[in-house]
Amino acid sequence: MPSRLHGLFASVALLVALFGLSACQDDLTPEQIAVAKSLTIDALAPAPDDPSNAYDTNGEAAALGAALFADAGFSANGEVACATCHLADRQFQDDLPLGRGVGETDRRTMPLAGVAWSPFLFWDGRKDSLWSQALGPLESAVEHATTRTAFARRIASQHGEPYRAVFGPLPDLTGAPASAGPFGTPAEIAAWENLDAAARDAINRVFANGGKAIAAFERTLTPAQTRFDRYVRAVAEGQKPADADRFTPQETEGLKLFIGRGQCINCHNGPRLTDEHFHNTGVPAAAGRKPDPGRAAALAMLDGDEFNCLGPYSDAAPEQCAELRFMSRDEHAFEGAFKPPTLRGVAARPPYMHAGQIETLEAAIDHYSAAPAAPQGHSELQRLDLTANDKAALLAFLRTLTP
Amino acid sequence: MSRLRLVIVSLAVLVVAAGAFMAWKMLQPPPADLDLARTKVTANGAFSVSVAPEAGEATQGPLHNWVVTVKTPQGAAVDGATIAIDGGMPQHGHGLPTSPQMTKALGDGRYLVEGVRFNMGGWWEFKLVIDAGGVRDAVTFNLVL
Repeated sequence: MPSRLHGLFASVALLVALFGLSACQDDLTPEQIAVAKSLTIDALAPAPDDPSNAYDTNGEAAALGAALFADAGFSANGEVACATCHLADRQFQDDLPLGRGVGETDRRTMPLAGVAWSPFLFWDGRKDSLWSQALGPLESAVEHATTRTAFARRIASQHGEPYRAVFGPLPDLTGAPASAGPFGTPAEIAAWENLDAAARDAINRVFANGGKAIAAFERTLTPAQTRFDRYVRAVAEGQKPADADRFTPQETEGLKLFIGRGQCINCHNGPRLTDEHFHNTGVPAAAGRKPDPGRAAALAMLDGDEFNCLGPYSDAAPEQCAELRFMSRDEHAFEGAFKPPTLRGVAARPPYMHAGQIETLEAAIDHYSAAPAAPQGHSELQRLDLTANDKAALLAFLRTLTP
Repeated sequence: MSRLRLVIVSLAVLVVAAGAFMAWKMLQPPPADLDLARTKVTANGAFSVSVAPEAGEATQGPLHNWVVTVKTPQGAAVDGATIAIDGGMPQHGHGLPTSPQMTKALGDGRYLVEGVRFNMGGWWEFKLVIDAGGVRDAVTFNLVL
């Protein structure tokens, strides 16, 4: 090649490279900035009221709930509290693939910050309120493995005064069995069935009120501001981001991928980066376990739950239970579908997915790029074929979502 | 190449092509000529139908209500109608995330539809089938969020 031509090529290449570099800096389009803003904590509306819990914003109920959350006495072996798996210094989760209470659960422990914004709780959304959710693990044989009468008795013996201050008098529990409930051992179930309807109702009410106190506490756990929030706020206001907040070109590229070609935003949208719906993303079954039906198995549970929004222990009028009344009951569409967890704090919270099947965030990005077939039902994912640079950019962006 | 192998290879090519097409489709913006009118005549001309969110403008995320107004093509209010609601995202191949229902006749041909949610941004179809006076007709509205 003649040297003049060579030089010309080199100059053009340099210009192209410089242009390319400048295009990867902070120059988000107004549309991209608007979308990014919708993901920031500034876009987060106040937590919605839970009409099924008359105590959800009651400070005394929240203080009682915090005490109940930490009390390992509400368990069959005296060793399992809510706080055993929901660790306050670990985003209220436990870093384990599967939660461990009295035994091992089938699912990953979920983080709790911002949980009051969720219309449906658990990975499969089988509960329609935070208070009703709190009751599930208490009666699960592999979590707390306690029973309703044992719960009511401990409320009376250890938390009687604050309970009565919020909810009024406790029922007379002198004749109540030490441990009886509808999901206990055969003996505990038989003892529960021997109680008359009025006694069961009185104990159910104490149990539900305990859940409502725990929910009032959990409502106070709100998402924290991140570098992403501060960076986008500055850019949206036309300000120069603080040096510590400024995105690297790679992080900006990751943000663009997240809201664009990567299609992450389809499900991880809004200020908590979850659409609160249920999606089959073809996540492999946990090793040695059957594929998990997810949301498909939760629909009948929701309708049959005496602690749902329409049930006798709810404080809501039926017309206030819109989430439950108008939920889609299309089991087929929800086969193998799970709720996208919030991505706030995600980089500090391995392993990933509903049973911790994916160990690292890098591997999670690989999964979404490759879009494998679902172990059951149909994956909504389409192959992305992300390059190594794309994946590194997405990873860098996701790390900005941790405070 | 044996016949079986040819069939398998062809099928594999088809599956990959279909996947690539879906991925491409999901990335496309809504058609530029999409009819975003909030008042439309039903497919067979039986009704003129208007839709509007009950409060403010529809946004991605929250569960909310719509008001559907049904009139004759001449503009007379149609009362006593029942309305079935369906819809979804044509570019994603999925339906509505909830099961909205007509819950109340508000009078003057107006009906309340509760339980609407749009959980993603993009092009949504909002499909109504209206039954009134022994006549059934359908209309599809487009929304871009």
